[in-house]
Amino acid sequence: MTAYLIRRILNAFPILIGVNLITFALFFMVNPPDDMARMQLGQKYVTEEAIDKWKQQHGYDKPLFYNGGKSGTAKLTETIFFQKSVRLFLFRFGRSDSGRDIGADIRERMWPSLAIALPTLLLGLAVNTSFALLLVFFRRTYLEFGGVTGCVVLMSISALFYIIAGQFVFGKVMKLVPISGYDSGPAAIKFVILPVVVGIVAGIGSGTRWYRTLFLEEVEKDYVRTARAKGLSETEVLFRHVLPNALIPILTGVVAILPLLFMGSLLTESFFSIPGLGSYTIDAISRQDFAIVRAMVFLGSVLYIVGLVLTDISYTLVDPRVRLQ
Amino acid sequence: MNLVILWTDALLFALMLCLASLVWASYRLEHLRRPWRRVIRSRPAMVAAVILLAFSATGLVDSIHFRQGNNGEVSSLLDRWLTPFRTRVEKTYSAPLATHLYSRQFLQLPDGRTVWTRPRLKFAGAHLDDPQDKWSDIARIALTGAGKGLAVWLGLFVFVAMARKGRPPETLPWITVALTAAVLITGTCALYALNLEYHVFGTDKVGEDVLYQSIKSIRTGLVLGTLTTLVMLPFAIGLGVLAGYFRGWVDDLIQYLYTTLNSIPGVLLIAAAILMIQVYMATHADRFTSLAVRADLRLFFLCLILGITSWTGLCRLLRAETLKLREMEYVQAARALGVGHFRILLRHIVPNLFHIVLISVVLDFSGLVLAEAVLSYVNIGVDPTTYSWGNMINSARLELARDPIVWWTLAAAFLFMFTFVLAANLFSDAVRDAFDPRRVED
Repeated sequence: MTAYLIRRILNAFPILIGVNLITFALFFMVNPPDDMARMQLGQKYVTEEAIDKWKQQHGYDKPLFYNGGKSGTAKLTETIFFQKSVRLFLFRFGRSDSGRDIGADIRERMWPSLAIALPTLLLGLAVNTSFALLLVFFRRTYLEFGGVTGCVVLMSISALFYIIAGQFVFGKVMKLVPISGYDSGPAAIKFVILPVVVGIVAGIGSGTRWYRTLFLEEVEKDYVRTARAKGLSETEVLFRHVLPNALIPILTGVVAILPLLFMGSLLTESFFSIPGLGSYTIDAISRQDFAIVRAMVFLGSVLYIVGLVLTDISYTLVDPRVRLQ
Repeated sequence: MNLVILWTDALLFALMLCLASLVWASYRLEHLRRPWRRVIRSRPAMVAAVILLAFSATGLVDSIHFRQGNNGEVSSLLDRWLTPFRTRVEKTYSAPLATHLYSRQFLQLPDGRTVWTRPRLKFAGAHLDDPQDKWSDIARIALTGAGKGLAVWLGLFVFVAMARKGRPPETLPWITVALTAAVLITGTCALYALNLEYHVFGTDKVGEDVLYQSIKSIRTGLVLGTLTTLVMLPFAIGLGVLAGYFRGWVDDLIQYLYTTLNSIPGVLLIAAAILMIQVYMATHADRFTSLAVRADLRLFFLCLILGITSWTGLCRLLRAETLKLREMEYVQAARALGVGHFRILLRHIVPNLFHIVLISVVLDFSGLVLAEAVLSYVNIGVDPTTYSWGNMINSARLELARDPIVWWTLAAAFLFMFTFVLAANLFSDAVRDAFDPRRVED
């Protein structure tokens, strides 16, 4: 197990280096820092001095890969690649283009993101598995047909409409909850309810359908037939035999996305103006703050890889047949 | 009047040609004809297919572009057909089928007095002397329009029935298809007739007809849904098959490639790429002479980036399937007979991956149309000047906060998008049920 973990962590490095190279190429080689400076300072009537000053302020005035002007290791470290990309490996995100400390921002903003994403995931899981179980219980009836059709209809509606409709109905017309905003501490609850409910409803269509296929696959298996043959009722079969076995792929799927919950949801957070990492990213994109976008790309890839490792580990925990070598 | 071929136009037509020839080729092979028959037998799938065909036809007509004069603006064939919709621009918001503006303004009466009132619209219902009897007028126009549509449909029906006379009966559920076509054709004709005199879905902030915007958005959704696939397929098929067939270091390399790409959050990669293109376009403004060319290039790049971020899933599926296929006896027999690697891949492996490719392409389509709306909302989607449902929703979002609210832009975008995506979902379900070997039994 330990050996496996160490190997996975070592394996993660080439991937992260790859991610870094891709983002570096996207951000610095396609468009040199001069173009970025011109973009930030406004397109026209920008003097060379202004560009140089901007580059110096934000640390973009160094060569890309190799600094011939310095001596020793500084030849490699005093470059944009080292300063802006390699340092991410130490989780030193540096300062954003507007001068704020990105690391501190991320630590502060991940909690609101989590406060929305975690309940949405867990409650959504409960709702979706219950609906899927119901559909499987009533299989080959009109109820199932109606349910599956309903799922397809729900799936065909854009997430934007769920959010807009939720805000309009519960926030504006019924005035049950505030339309948007956030507060620290327990006062946040009234702001969290609506995004969570909207998130769950938006996920019902695809989630229920997906879990239903997992359950149906399990229902066809031999051990289920055996359970029925020895006289168990359909409810007992479903809850005692089908549910635990079908939960294996569901749970491992959930584990894979658990770390990514920190990143928050771009849409939900910006619609409900929640100060999480999702809206942080959106703001960075619209302000064209490349430093933040780069940091978030790196963070996202790290969390994705952590998710993959966690999935493997959780497989060994729930399914004793799987062994990691 | 010169024909202008934009990037996405050319690719869209090329893609449609490929698709048509692929469907035709697969229909000639017996083992692929059987699943197609299953699709054709399914009623929901055929209803969806008729709707999808109508949408695609609209998108294709909208992809034939002309340039007026030498330096004029670029407009499409659809624009020319819908000229009355495009040019009848009101002053500002007006509700669906309204005869008056939505907001009050100071109006100068002929006798010199000014009143605080809602003025009549310039175009909608302008032929009415008394706006009071607009409903009877609307009913009359809609009924005549629908009547004309019905006549067109009847003609079509008789023509098809005559052409098919004497042939053996097909499995196609004719009545369902005919009924769907009837509803579509009469509905479209009634809408067209009505929109010549009114604004069926109202007008937006600058007084532009909302129905026109919704119709123009069809092309954007269609282009994104299909061109992305065109970009994705060579990567997914090529790399997936190579990884599965050769294994060893080729497999390692390709796996590394797709794990790396997968681990970058998709939205951020798209955002980064779009930002770069914006910077590039801003610094090379002289290369993009016309607005349409610029917007089109951005749409094309969006497809490119979406394709690059989305080939990994299909690639993994194809790799796994190829790993299985290469151990099959017929592949080993081919190898024993001395057939080269390239030939084995082309003749024995790739054709047997057809069903996986088809299922994933059809399933991805609706997701891409939905993704467009979200990306446009985050401002990393299509160009703000391009008509798209995402842009419509984006602009309509703030209108809900107005008092009284402006709901029709949102409603129109919802209606069109929902119909399109629902049809795509229903069709893709039928295709998957028919082609997935694990599902054929039931």
